[in-house]
Amino acid sequence: MTDSAGHKSRFEQPSRVERIVDTLKRDWQLYLMLAPLVIWLLLFLYKPMYGLQVAFKDYSIFRGVANSPWIGFEHFETLFGNDQFLRALRNTVIISFWTLLIGFPVPILLALMFNEIINHTFKKWTQTIVYLPHFISSVIIAGIVITAFSPSAGIVNTVIGWFGFEPVYFLTRAEWFRPIFIGTGIWQEAGFQSIVYLAAIAGVSPTLYESAVVDGASRWQMMWKITIPSIMPTIIIMLIIRIGNILEVSFEMIILLYQPATYETADVVNTFIYRQGIQAGQYDFAAAAGLFNAVIAFVLVISANALSRRYSNTSLW
Amino acid sequence: MANMNLYSRGDRIFVWMNMFLVGVFTLSTLYPFIYIAAISLSTGFEARAGNVVLTPVDLTFAAYEYVVAQPEFWRSYLNTFIYTIGGTLMSLAFIIPGAYALSRPRLYGRRFWNLMVAFTMWFNAGLIPFFLNMRDLGLLDSYFGIIIGFAVNGFNVILMRNFFEGIPSSFEEAARMDGANEFQVLWKVYVPLAKPAIATIALFCIVSRWNGFFWAMVLLQDQQKVPLQVYLRHTIATLSDDQEFSDTLFTQAYSVETVTAAIIVCSIIPVLLIYPFLQKYFNKGIMLGGVKE
Repeated sequence: MTDSAGHKSRFEQPSRVERIVDTLKRDWQLYLMLAPLVIWLLLFLYKPMYGLQVAFKDYSIFRGVANSPWIGFEHFETLFGNDQFLRALRNTVIISFWTLLIGFPVPILLALMFNEIINHTFKKWTQTIVYLPHFISSVIIAGIVITAFSPSAGIVNTVIGWFGFEPVYFLTRAEWFRPIFIGTGIWQEAGFQSIVYLAAIAGVSPTLYESAVVDGASRWQMMWKITIPSIMPTIIIMLIIRIGNILEVSFEMIILLYQPATYETADVVNTFIYRQGIQAGQYDFAAAAGLFNAVIAFVLVISANALSRRYSNTSLW
Repeated sequence: MANMNLYSRGDRIFVWMNMFLVGVFTLSTLYPFIYIAAISLSTGFEARAGNVVLTPVDLTFAAYEYVVAQPEFWRSYLNTFIYTIGGTLMSLAFIIPGAYALSRPRLYGRRFWNLMVAFTMWFNAGLIPFFLNMRDLGLLDSYFGIIIGFAVNGFNVILMRNFFEGIPSSFEEAARMDGANEFQVLWKVYVPLAKPAIATIALFCIVSRWNGFFWAMVLLQDQQKVPLQVYLRHTIATLSDDQEFSDTLFTQAYSVETVTAAIIVCSIIPVLLIYPFLQKYFNKGIMLGGVKE
């Protein structure tokens, strides 16, 4: 049915294919803009997901991903009988737990403190300085840590010497690895992470503070009764994100700081994958460890999100 | 909030206490940098003896002279510039048009395309499949591989898309009335309006490129192609075992510590130069894109 102008009647819906052809004709320029992005994602992020199947295969470089024979869950079985893997898994959880427990509140505290500074110049300068380490590479941070903790020249041992103690070879001692690593991480990132909370604080309605002033509230009370409850949703969202990334210990820094003497406490899943896979060439076995890591992370973020939605009405999606 | 006299005594103590604590935190952030600079400018002997605390002892530029005399240092420095500039331009070339398309409500399958980007923020194949893929694509040991292989980051795309979505559609409509096509709308109207967001993303790209270490170490075998960070890492790791180096140690004014510190200072300087210019943008940029949704 067509009317005199040749348009289809509104009762006759165009088919799906026709709709796509129409929209392609109309918006081909938009698709041209989108195409490079989509092709890049397919080539560099989605194609490797297809390559994840090597975790279930006896992978051979010469046969390639598709033609290597399937072996099922054999790599996973080996993995859970491997002491080094279990140690790496345990270390990952321990390091993440302490990083979360100590490192998560620090940026919130910093943001609250920045918010209470009245002197504008002081605020600007201190903020600029505490953001800085975030922009410095882990190689440099590791270089600074190695220099500062070195037994002969390092400032840490110099100060220890002032108090009459013997120098400690910090970076070769397994019991010192975690405190140094976690402390370095907080030193490097806490300042920058406070930006998100500062942004949230900036969004709090000024009228709340005005009426609190009228009621005679002290600054301390305003912080506890207005600022903190107002940024609670942001805090919860950041917590969900952090829990989702709990197995993503920043392994770059670990590779830079650890040595065989400290593997006992320092080796995490990602450094294990790096050594087994890229250094030793056991791609399939290492990919299985990576897949295990990714699946746990995925489950964690979904559970954290679901729990948060149930108990606080805040969620990522 | 300007007048301190309005505050009660408790408030004033609170304000001063707070400033003190922030000051302490700031100084503890700053100190390691001052310490490294002081080490790099001291003689090897004084650094070794642990006499450097705050200022250089026995001021000397010997460590810097040693560093700048290494051809590998300059080669890797140049490489870092190539990766940083090339990589950042590559990122913007993918992200800006893609994010613009994703921000248009009339884009067919928009939900699907957006999900495709967002999913990569939560799930990726991991180290080994990514490495095997780069190898299969023939991108090992190549400048191009490093530049294109890390061009897109889902978070940056979403940030940019959110910013474009925040621009009122009347801008686009007006430009289209004047006969502009999509490319002209983007280039002449949206890009100028999105400068703070573009600067933010460019800053993120520059920083991650400048600092990029792990994948450069893994993907590049040819020492002529490695960036500064890999050279730095290599130097820190091997200097103390270098027989030739330790032989000269007692006759030279530098040591492993001061040379390491000098390379650290050299690689931080460009970051410090560019940081103040871009810093004013990222506060705004993060607030614009990150908190939404």
